[in-house]
Amino acid sequence: MNKKILNVINKYEGLKGSAIPILQEVQEIEGYISKDTIREITEHTGIPSAELYGIATFYSMFRLKPQGRHIIRVCKGTACHVSGADNLASMLRTLLELPAGENTTDDGRFTLLEVACLGCCSLAPVIMINEDTYGKLASDKLAKILDKYE
Amino acid sequence: MMIKEIKVGMASCGLAAGAQAIYDALETSLPESVKLSKTACIGFCYAEPMLETVDDEGVSRYYGYLTPRDLEGFGKNEPPVKKLIISQKEEAPGNKKLARQVRIATRNSGMIDPDDIEQYVAREGYKALEKVLKEMDPQSVIDEVKNSGLRGRGGAGFSTGLKWQFAHDAQGDKKYIICNADEGDPGAFMDRNLLESDPHAVLEGMAICAYAVGADEGYIYCRAEYPLAVRRLKKAILDAMDKGYLGDKIFGSDFSLKLKVKEGAGAFVCGEETALIASIEGQRGMPRLRPPFPAQSGLWKKPTNNNNVETYANIAWIINNGAEAYAAYGVGKSRGTKVFALAGKVKESGLVEVPMGTTLREIIFDIGGGIKDDRPFKAVQLGGPSGGCVPEELLDTSVDYESIAEIGAIMGSGGMVVMDETTCMINIASFFLNFTQNESCGKCTFCRIGTKRMLEILQKIQAGEGVLEDIDKLETLAEQIIASSLCGLGKSAPNPVLSTLRYFKNEYLAHIEEKRCPAFVCKDLISFEINEEACTGCTLCARKCPVNAIEGVAKGPHTIDQDKCISCGACFDACRFNAVLRT
Repeated sequence: MNKKILNVINKYEGLKGSAIPILQEVQEIEGYISKDTIREITEHTGIPSAELYGIATFYSMFRLKPQGRHIIRVCKGTACHVSGADNLASMLRTLLELPAGENTTDDGRFTLLEVACLGCCSLAPVIMINEDTYGKLASDKLAKILDKYE
Repeated sequence: MMIKEIKVGMASCGLAAGAQAIYDALETSLPESVKLSKTACIGFCYAEPMLETVDDEGVSRYYGYLTPRDLEGFGKNEPPVKKLIISQKEEAPGNKKLARQVRIATRNSGMIDPDDIEQYVAREGYKALEKVLKEMDPQSVIDEVKNSGLRGRGGAGFSTGLKWQFAHDAQGDKKYIICNADEGDPGAFMDRNLLESDPHAVLEGMAICAYAVGADEGYIYCRAEYPLAVRRLKKAILDAMDKGYLGDKIFGSDFSLKLKVKEGAGAFVCGEETALIASIEGQRGMPRLRPPFPAQSGLWKKPTNNNNVETYANIAWIINNGAEAYAAYGVGKSRGTKVFALAGKVKESGLVEVPMGTTLREIIFDIGGGIKDDRPFKAVQLGGPSGGCVPEELLDTSVDYESIAEIGAIMGSGGMVVMDETTCMINIASFFLNFTQNESCGKCTFCRIGTKRMLEILQKIQAGEGVLEDIDKLETLAEQIIASSLCGLGKSAPNPVLSTLRYFKNEYLAHIEEKRCPAFVCKDLISFEINEEACTGCTLCARKCPVNAIEGVAKGPHTIDQDKCISCGACFDACRFNAVLRT
């Protein structure tokens, strides 16, 4: 087992309510939570796999599939919505050639996520790519922005 | 005047708008005689990136809309006059905006460096905690909060003092306090601003509360989507422990308090207090039946007091200035001030703190500067997914818990999203319902399935396939969901539909009977064509079209391939000759 993951589990040994922080830190290390990882956490902590899986599927930040190299977050907050966020999202899907139901590109370059609110409503509509924020966007600017990320 | 100090606004909005680049550039270019520091959010988000200058006479001036080109002037003591937003000395466009506000919860926002505890202390910081510990017993603290009239700022509006009384009166050797910083309403960012701009004000409020109710341990449950807030909170806790404002035997008393930050994992329902408690305990965040209320049996089944960020941020001010001073603001049963996040189609979006009883019109037009592009106002959405849309004829409604509830919206946490004629009210209702439907934890059947059915009906109407009976079905479902849901999420989920049905029924009828979307939003009901006579062949629309659906040669008329067109409207917005027709 990955040593880093074992360290995380040991750090929380005996502490109440640690299932969520363990999963958060494991995801930080591996990028997502795999079935094998869930099994291993169960083995070491005794927290039932069903409970871990229940938590991982309940909270939106947990990912059960590997992610692309760059994460695109399209803000779907109210202010962005009234400023045309839907157009941005569908344009991004077209540009990334994502089939319905998929959110990671075949080449593993991008993962497209829709998030509730990034909290910079005055810049609506907003997307974030990794840590970079792009505000007051129009859909014809997207292609150029995507080109910056290899 | 000589500029002595420059403070760059570095909260999320500022950073998103490029404040870091401004700071870095100033760091290398400013002469040594000018001190450079950081502050957070002054609330004028529309003008970010912003900075404040303080001159040798101590006069503050705020400059906005900055670009790297403006910076040279600051170094030469010639700041760009055109970009002056607020000034303590001369007239500036933002002065009036600020004058209409009363800043209590946001008293330090944008004034201090949130990472520097000394700056908080210099502005009466932790004085209230000291006073409470040295001069007041827990009951008199609770009485003071009761007398201030402060009510829960997370939206429900329950009396804070009374809540504290319940937790105080509950039997138990171990008690907890919680700060709900799981600000999940899309379009609301008041709490994020408070945590990023003045974390110590929240910590001090929590410490006073812990003393009053008899708790020695507390949690701040913060959205993981707010990484900057989490980082600043964690630093603030360490600094406060270092200085002895948190930890063991605070100010030499017998009172000790340990605070921890718990990061949420992305679930809107965790804003509900019993779900939040379940989440801190490491479970799925599902609400449970109340009673027992958390004041009796909360975290780990111990008596627990839970308040929102903004509620706690008011406490120290109330103790320092007295309950009467706080209660002097407001109307009726809503006392004090409230912070709102003003966004959407308003010219000057940002955070504003106003006394309760200010009207919606004053907030949107006097403080927010009116509607973008001077279009007609259509509605303002209050309270996020649990709230409602307020039409123009009710703009003079006073903003207080009772008046807002009366018109079918809720005060909520303070999100205020302004909409103009380009917003379709059915689209908005379905936007919110889609949100609540996604976030429903699934425990109550009507919330889980009913919201889904309502959403499907709205989508049918938007696709032009609605029938009049659908309106009745929506109303029936709404009634059933409200009656049979356990928590606030389900009980309020139908509100956006009900309030748009109440005030904008005409739009529903236009979609159903005329198969027409008056706001030109619903894609199945609109189409675009080019008037060949008006088209000059400038090719702008063809270049803007994201799906290459427009064909034509330069200086010749263009046409839209209807099979390719996705009705996004980019050509309509781009055309300078009104040659694109929208039907």
